[in-house]
Amino acid sequence: MEKVDVYDELVNLKATELRLGLPGTEETVSCGKSNKRALPNDTEKEIESTGKTETAFPPKAQIVGWPPVRSYRKNNIQTKKNESEGQGNYVKVSMDGAPYLRKIDLTMYKQYPELMKSLENMFKFSVGEYFEREGYKGSDFVPTYEDKDGDWMLVGDVPWEMFVSSCKRLRIMKGSEVKGLGCGV
Amino acid sequence: MNYFPDEVIEHVFDFVVSHKDRNSISLVCKSWHKIERFSRKEVFIGNCYAINPERLIGRFPCLKSLTLKGKPHFADFNLVPHEWGGFVLPWIEALARSRVGLEELRLKRMVVTDESLELLSRSFANFKSLVLVSCEGFTTDGLASIATNCRHLRELDLQENEIDDHRGQWLNCFPDSCTTLISLNFACLKGETNVAALERLVARSPNLKSLKLNRAVPLDALARLMSCAPQLVDLGVGSYENEPDPESFAKLMTAIEKCISLRSLSGFLEVAPLCLPAFYPICQNLISLNLSYAAEIQGNHLIKLIQLCKRLQRLWILDSIGDKGLVVVADTCKELQELRVFPSDVHGEEDNIAAVTEVGLVAISAGCPKLHSILYFCKQMTNAALIAVAKNCPNFIRFRLCILEPHKPDHITSQSLDEGFGAIVQACKGLRRLSVSGLLTDQVFLYIGMYAEQLEMLSIAFAGDTDKGMLYVLNGCKKMRKLEIRDSPFGNAALLADVGRYETMRSLWMSSCEVTLGGCKRLAQNSPRLNVEIINENENNRMEQNEEDEGEKVDKLYLYRTVVGTRKDAPPYVRIL
Repeated sequence: MEKVDVYDELVNLKATELRLGLPGTEETVSCGKSNKRALPNDTEKEIESTGKTETAFPPKAQIVGWPPVRSYRKNNIQTKKNESEGQGNYVKVSMDGAPYLRKIDLTMYKQYPELMKSLENMFKFSVGEYFEREGYKGSDFVPTYEDKDGDWMLVGDVPWEMFVSSCKRLRIMKGSEVKGLGCGV
Repeated sequence: MNYFPDEVIEHVFDFVVSHKDRNSISLVCKSWHKIERFSRKEVFIGNCYAINPERLIGRFPCLKSLTLKGKPHFADFNLVPHEWGGFVLPWIEALARSRVGLEELRLKRMVVTDESLELLSRSFANFKSLVLVSCEGFTTDGLASIATNCRHLRELDLQENEIDDHRGQWLNCFPDSCTTLISLNFACLKGETNVAALERLVARSPNLKSLKLNRAVPLDALARLMSCAPQLVDLGVGSYENEPDPESFAKLMTAIEKCISLRSLSGFLEVAPLCLPAFYPICQNLISLNLSYAAEIQGNHLIKLIQLCKRLQRLWILDSIGDKGLVVVADTCKELQELRVFPSDVHGEEDNIAAVTEVGLVAISAGCPKLHSILYFCKQMTNAALIAVAKNCPNFIRFRLCILEPHKPDHITSQSLDEGFGAIVQACKGLRRLSVSGLLTDQVFLYIGMYAEQLEMLSIAFAGDTDKGMLYVLNGCKKMRKLEIRDSPFGNAALLADVGRYETMRSLWMSSCEVTLGGCKRLAQNSPRLNVEIINENENNRMEQNEEDEGEKVDKLYLYRTVVGTRKDAPPYVRIL
């Protein structure tokens, strides 16, 4: 019930929502690429759900291909940042429906199950079971992450170390968008 | 016009080097066309799909050097899916089959596989030079083939490629008899380098002028390498250890002092700023300095270094240099011609206080009268600043300004930046390349169409109000070759106003604009010499043909002129109308 209230509230706020784009245009935040698992093309819902969790943060980080810096350069600067950070690799975690984000230190975990458990505790949900082909089954929630290239990936596909080094932020998706990921795209 | 025998004309043509000029002389008459054809050694192909290898070889059978570009520019920013195209293999296969005596191959934004590299290395006995920029698809195994088989290799230059590093021994593959290397750049390799093999290679390459190392080459190895190669002109430093011991440091200093020919410095991929003083002795000779990957060189260390580089002509730097640092550059580098300031925070996550603003830009324009080329990422800009820059530097050939936040207005007056960019195009009569950003209306495009007579490439993002904007540009800029537009409200009316225009250009890119499928279809209908590609990655949109909605907006449109029709290697989500 709580979730629905938040949703309604934000639908009303849409007119004054801080976002990029000219008035009257919908911002398309393309989060999928065909050579990786694509999120379903439900742009409107996506905008509203990202609006919910990210209104507090400048959306420029979400625009594909912006700022116009070669991916090679982007990836190499990122590496430097992580290395010079010394202690910990903190990434933001958002969950659809939650009013604010959290941050976790990926270096505190050794493998996926630990990470999942911690997320489940933090946001009070459960994530279902991971299958290599079909993705997550048995829950309305699916953990995804944004990698160095800016693509949204399913958590659990790549070896843990590769995940830690390429994960920039986490997002726990829920609801109808989940269908696309849960059914072996 | 046959007063001279062909050999004489050919000899004269040898002095005509630029592609544009050679293309022009080939149009004078049949006889000149023929002579030019057979004497042409270097061919530049700006879009690999504009022509095919068979026709290339047919016309220029004696070609020795080929430059090919594949994906459109916006592919650099992840706007073009990986399998879109730009495969080099068919080109290499065709060249190999026809026994062309290829000596040099330069590729940009193409897909290169190990198989292509292997074939390349085996097919051309005199192959000398391989330059790959922003390419992908190959591994160090491919490099091993090149090293092993190209007996006369002079140049292997890998710039910002995505290479799978198998941590093999590709450096070991250069045979002991290989002593011809002039240029070796492997800065973009991620894995460990066999330093011993590298040292041996450098030691037996007396002509080596350019050496660019990757992360994995540590400080003491660098010292040894430089001692072996005091003739170096261009050096890319890999990494430094965090705390160099005094002995290593002293050895490095001694080695560097001997490199009196060193003119260009880059890399510093991992650097302890305390090591920089080793380079102070040669700074006064430097004409090119690229510190754009050196996130750890900041503040005073950076300033001290720059203050010594009085002859600098080219500087690539991160915005962490700040306005203060740019003022130092303006005071010191009076010979500066090209400046690039890259954002150190590319993900927009931090409020980077040290970043640069309009203040730095104006300072540079005031202090560096020879400046003609700039790429500047900044947080904010004003019309007043741009007007001042235009007044100070009317010689810009390339002016690329990227204000990090889309639609951002003049931060003092809150107006659009139309007037500022207008001043730039009006003052800089030789402007060939322009990238605009910030809050912009149709007005700026009116100015561009009116004044930017020499403009060849224009990049537009999040700008304009109506189709008029794009029309001003298409109608005004007669020399336009490449137009790329994203997230701007230009639609079918602008796209279709003058379809013949596109055959005078290399390409047009429009993504997240207002053009529809119907518009693109109409465009393609009467244009057999244009390939109109619709790139649509959303799987749900690949519906049956008879259900498609002509009013549906096209996600990405890429059109280009071609003499060889539709390409056959496009992936399923690319639709060529």
